[in-house]
Amino acid sequence: MLRDEDRIFTNLYGYQDFGLEGARKRGDWDNTASILANGREWIIEQVKESGLRGRGGAGFSTGMKWSFMPKNVTDKPVYLVINADEGEPGTCKDRDILRHDPHKLIEGCLIAGFAIGASACYIYIRGEFYNEGSNVQRAIDEAYAAGLIGKNACGTGYDYDVYIHRGAGAYICGEETALIESIEGKKGQPRNKPPFPAQAGLYSCPTTVNNVESIAVVPTILRRGASWFAGLGRPKNSGTKLFCISGHVNKPCNVEEEMGIPLKELIEKHAGGVRGGWDNLLGIIPGGSSVPVLPKSICDTVLMDFDSLREVQSGLGTAAVIVMDKSTDIVKAIARLSSFYAHESCGQCTPCREGTGWMSRVMQRMVTGNARMEEIDMLLQVTKQVEGHTICALGDAAAWPIQGLFRHFRPEVERRIQAYRNSAPLAAE
Amino acid sequence: MSAPASDHGHAEPTSFTFSQENLELAKRIIAKYPAGKQASACMPLLDVAQRQNGGWLPRVAMDAVADLLGMPRIRVYEVATFYTMYNKNKVGRHHIQVCTTTPCWLRGSDDIVHTCKKKLGIEVGETTADGQFTLGEVECSGACVNAPVVQIGDDYYEDVAPEHMERILDALARGETPKPGSQTGRQSSEPVGGPTTLKAFTTAQADATTAQADD
Repeated sequence: MLRDEDRIFTNLYGYQDFGLEGARKRGDWDNTASILANGREWIIEQVKESGLRGRGGAGFSTGMKWSFMPKNVTDKPVYLVINADEGEPGTCKDRDILRHDPHKLIEGCLIAGFAIGASACYIYIRGEFYNEGSNVQRAIDEAYAAGLIGKNACGTGYDYDVYIHRGAGAYICGEETALIESIEGKKGQPRNKPPFPAQAGLYSCPTTVNNVESIAVVPTILRRGASWFAGLGRPKNSGTKLFCISGHVNKPCNVEEEMGIPLKELIEKHAGGVRGGWDNLLGIIPGGSSVPVLPKSICDTVLMDFDSLREVQSGLGTAAVIVMDKSTDIVKAIARLSSFYAHESCGQCTPCREGTGWMSRVMQRMVTGNARMEEIDMLLQVTKQVEGHTICALGDAAAWPIQGLFRHFRPEVERRIQAYRNSAPLAAE
Repeated sequence: MSAPASDHGHAEPTSFTFSQENLELAKRIIAKYPAGKQASACMPLLDVAQRQNGGWLPRVAMDAVADLLGMPRIRVYEVATFYTMYNKNKVGRHHIQVCTTTPCWLRGSDDIVHTCKKKLGIEVGETTADGQFTLGEVECSGACVNAPVVQIGDDYYEDVAPEHMERILDALARGETPKPGSQTGRQSSEPVGGPTTLKAFTTAQADATTAQADD
């Protein structure tokens, strides 16, 4: 198990003061100027070497992303945008950073902004997180008052502003270009790429969009050294990670653990085990609602990191572990996610707008078994027609849970269809 | 193109004017964005307007935002109708929003919805006759390790069992504000009974330099 001295989010649960004084006692804002004095290139290299991969779900190298930003931009502003639109079902880690450790995020915003040459940062916080956003605003106000951000931030001569922009209830705004559209005061509908935000993002200016957790871990990585972070976890899957464990466990919780921790160990050490014991486990969605569900046989041994979960045709996603015991109606659990995606589709691309609704309606019938056997393959074929054929990944995210369900639990759906036909032969025709 | 109309059977107000205080607030909000990019203030100003108007956005309030920002009104209607937190119809004094997405559903959100329906005598999407309560179902609230979650106004009520829900509704009906957060006494997102990690950080005075490793 990860040692406490290697944990970054020491106020994860909010027992201590989230304000500047408390944050300083926990080591935040400790001579930040000396970090910036190393220069932009050094910061980007260190973050690359640490192996930090984006914590918002896609797992792309954070340092690499920063290195794509154009250098020496003089004719327009450059922006850092923080994605705090946390809404992937199962995920509630950024909420704890926002409300309990906001100074880690703001210090990270300054360092990341400096590294990419930004003049300002917008933190996009989901609208429902009203109180969490207020904590972040208080922390921003404190940081301005202490000269840590704003004009001549930390006394380095670098001018840098940090603002909050609140969302208003749209899951799609967690997609980076939809998020940018939303800050510009429009409907949150994703943009075609290219151009990528690094070329033309917010207000058509070079922009990097990073997840809250990705940015909040940066100050600690730079203080303790890239090799410290890279030494945790496994190669290409390094560092610590906030895990959210929800559903049928005895003690649902958030916890910071080492990347690559076995799923079973994570649940038994921190979440009090599966309700009714490990053998009562049916399946687990290991990385938020978008990733395919895994049956118990895989959960027995799988490790919690990007590559291990990809090898078993699922994903680490946001590391939101949704546990389902044997009492779960697994078809209904996935059908509920299908209705979530149908609700949250922005309506821009036809395969997603029409497909998510269609898939959801068929999934509702699969719950009761009111379907024909051949509709299973038809449904899977439709998921393939949606996947990869839309501007953003919401279409993929709607397809994958259904594919995961049939990969591992197809006999259960077939049983229901058969039972329905047996009980009401005419209705099934 | 006509503006989105109210279909809730109540009269649309014929005018909306930002209060002096909110006009000052609007100026501060607009100043957060670069010159010429004041459309960015559309979302926050819709929120300000909604709060001033008792929790919902009539068309005249959208118009006031459009006029203040120099935006075509249709652009503001587009935004107001895209995002679910803008209420296009009147809502009750207490907007009870039960999260029913899978993580909350696994922890019994159906029972919470049922409790609300029974106690308030309304269906999802309806408002009580006295205008006190509106019941809604929402998609993932983002507090899944404290499921089931119910958002009321700006506050989250977490780890909610049916008996908690009844108590919360009773308290609201009496004009009280029940304590938000975990209803079972958890600090926040730690495991029930106390954290398995960071035990040195569970007191307000703990200092990073005195933290002990726990294994």
